[in-house]
Amino acid sequence: MAGTTLLDIKGVETYYGNIRALNGVDVTVKEGEIVALIGANGAGKSTLMMTIFGAPRARTGTITFAGTDITQLPTHEIARMRIAQSPEGRRIFPRMTVMENLQMGASLDNLKHYDEDVEKVFTLFPRLKERIAQRGGTLSGGEQQMLSIGRALMARPKLLLLDEPSLGLAPLIVKQIFDAIRELNRTQGLTVFLVEQNAFGALKLATRGYVMVNGNVTMSGTGKELLANPEVRAAYLEGGHH
Amino acid sequence: MAVTVSRESDSVATPTQRALKEAFYAGAIALGLFVLFIGLKTGQNMSNELVLTQRWGLLAAVVIATAVGRFLYVAYGQPFMANQKIANVATGLLPASVGSRFFTLPAFIVAVVAAVLLFAFNSSLAGWVGAEPAGYLQFLRALAVIYLLACVIYYFRAFIHANFTKLGITALVLYPILVVAVLSLNAWSIAGGLQGSLKWVDNFGIQILIYVMLAWGLNIVVGLAGLLDLGYVAFYALGAYAYALLATQYGLSFWILLPAAGCMAALWGVLLGFPVLRLRGDYLAIVTLAFGEIIRLVLINWREVTNGSAGISGIPKVSFFGLVTFNVSDPNYIAKVLHIATSSAYYKIFLYYLILGLCLLTAFVTIRLRRLPVGRAWEALREDEIACRSLGINTTTTKLTAFATGAMFGGFAGSFFAARQGFVSPESFVFLESAIILAIVVLGGMGSLVGIAVAAMVMIGGTEALRELDFLKQIFGPDFTPELYRMLLFGMAMVIVMLWKPRGFVGSREPTAFLKERRAVSSSFTKEGHG
Repeated sequence: MAGTTLLDIKGVETYYGNIRALNGVDVTVKEGEIVALIGANGAGKSTLMMTIFGAPRARTGTITFAGTDITQLPTHEIARMRIAQSPEGRRIFPRMTVMENLQMGASLDNLKHYDEDVEKVFTLFPRLKERIAQRGGTLSGGEQQMLSIGRALMARPKLLLLDEPSLGLAPLIVKQIFDAIRELNRTQGLTVFLVEQNAFGALKLATRGYVMVNGNVTMSGTGKELLANPEVRAAYLEGGHH
Repeated sequence: MAVTVSRESDSVATPTQRALKEAFYAGAIALGLFVLFIGLKTGQNMSNELVLTQRWGLLAAVVIATAVGRFLYVAYGQPFMANQKIANVATGLLPASVGSRFFTLPAFIVAVVAAVLLFAFNSSLAGWVGAEPAGYLQFLRALAVIYLLACVIYYFRAFIHANFTKLGITALVLYPILVVAVLSLNAWSIAGGLQGSLKWVDNFGIQILIYVMLAWGLNIVVGLAGLLDLGYVAFYALGAYAYALLATQYGLSFWILLPAAGCMAALWGVLLGFPVLRLRGDYLAIVTLAFGEIIRLVLINWREVTNGSAGISGIPKVSFFGLVTFNVSDPNYIAKVLHIATSSAYYKIFLYYLILGLCLLTAFVTIRLRRLPVGRAWEALREDEIACRSLGINTTTTKLTAFATGAMFGGFAGSFFAARQGFVSPESFVFLESAIILAIVVLGGMGSLVGIAVAAMVMIGGTEALRELDFLKQIFGPDFTPELYRMLLFGMAMVIVMLWKPRGFVGSREPTAFLKERRAVSSSFTKEGHG
């Protein structure tokens, strides 16, 4: 299953005005992998996530998805390549109900697989089913994260991008969400690329990981290797408790 | 406990004491505010000198009214509202105890008798008791009628709530017939009834429905897609001028020009949409405001085409698909075809049904679109544009379709307006109109068709009703023209509604997605999501 490269990021530089946020980043994600990108605040993790989606656009370098160059495509065209995203801050639709949020996720296929996929999402996150008719904005943080991931899954993605799924959540909920991601990867072979501050959880979950510092990828390796790496331990793991 | 410490003094005082204190403060503030505004008035005397008139009596009246109002509000209003809030959670209506105490059968009978008597002897009242008391009696009559209506609504509230749409449409369809019937009975002649119905069908019915349609059209842009448009009247103007020019210059029929005007307005909607694609919120509002003004200024200054401020007159009437017309001189004039007496009321009634049909079309399209991908995309766009894009929605086309659809309905309403007035000039399309339409949308509750229709009825019907309040002339003197105060009342109504219901009359929205059966709208689903 694993082997063919799904997402290939080569020498990407992204600027906010004149400020360079990414200094030539190389990241590859192969089919069937969970790849984690860890790093401190302001390292450029989220910027890379957003650059993949074309906003902001990479000034140099290329982003290839399943053999197609998507560097210059508009955001919605990139989404139509079956890359789904649970963005930073979740960005669910607050006044729309849980069902409507999920329906929006299925816009790509014009609701062709809607009923079937909704059931899948509810099996993965039973909590959402209890909240079907509730407005997105009234959900708890954990439920909103589940909804955000659920909405992304409704698009039947080939690659799922998760931007800090553990942000601001209780450890128990974080575990539920990480378990769900692992489950998706195992049973459906879904490829996941996630950005995390919670380095320990993310690296335990991931097949491979990248460490980002000041807009550069400084280290990469399998999840286990990075967990064992003394530098990574010093910078991201010790001091926090897990 | 820590939080309540600072409010200790409030909770110790009884409501009456607190009310007295607050009334005193309110009076003092009113005195400070109005001492120069109301207490003193500058004017010119015969020799053009500035004179200062002192109006201490009026100032005292205003200050006392403020203090008393504040006292009543704090002592009785606030406890009542607090009670009502508790009742609201359970039923969403007035507490039953309050309602049934206020709407009782004896009071109902008294109101019926009073209203019937006052209507029956309306013409002879002034002769019996003098002009001024007769004015007050008319006011009493209006109160009795309002009370009766409120009673009926209160006791049938469950039924009305359950069948609101059907009842509303039935009432709207029957409205002109009822008006003619009642007035014919009153005047003992059908001709008299038709003549009397002009005011009710035209000034109230058609006028309100035009605004309902405009507000529903704007609702697509503002309420659904969340794009704040302050220049909506521009599309109304485009529709009106498109019909006026093409009908007077080329003699084309209304039925061809109605869709043409709609398409034209939609095209301009797209043209406006393109430059503002990247703007949102305040910035978008400013650009659309400018767009509205540009259109108006073009209409004023492009004299060769639009005839400038003088406007275009002699716009032909609408005909019933060419089969029956409403021009007395035509061979197929409606009275000649149907062999009935000549009356100008037929045309107004026809126009009423025409605009009613256009309104229903707008509502139908809006409801259908909300369930289609494009409508859902509009709502999602209002919520979060970035999330929309990352779900594969093309926000450019989504915005442009919202602008175009909203503009199209504005164009329809505009061409209807031109046909109804027979005359258009740039004066009808000032910024104030945009503001009123937007106010109706906001007051009604963005996105809610029913709420917007109610808001239009209250706001436009209310300002029209001000013209009917002749008895006020008896009280305030013959110079008093209540309609001049309509903007003041409009503003006051907005402030009150926004304090009382910050999301508008109908703040909840009905979800469009359900599990498996997407059609079933059970009440438990619609109740959810309040709050």
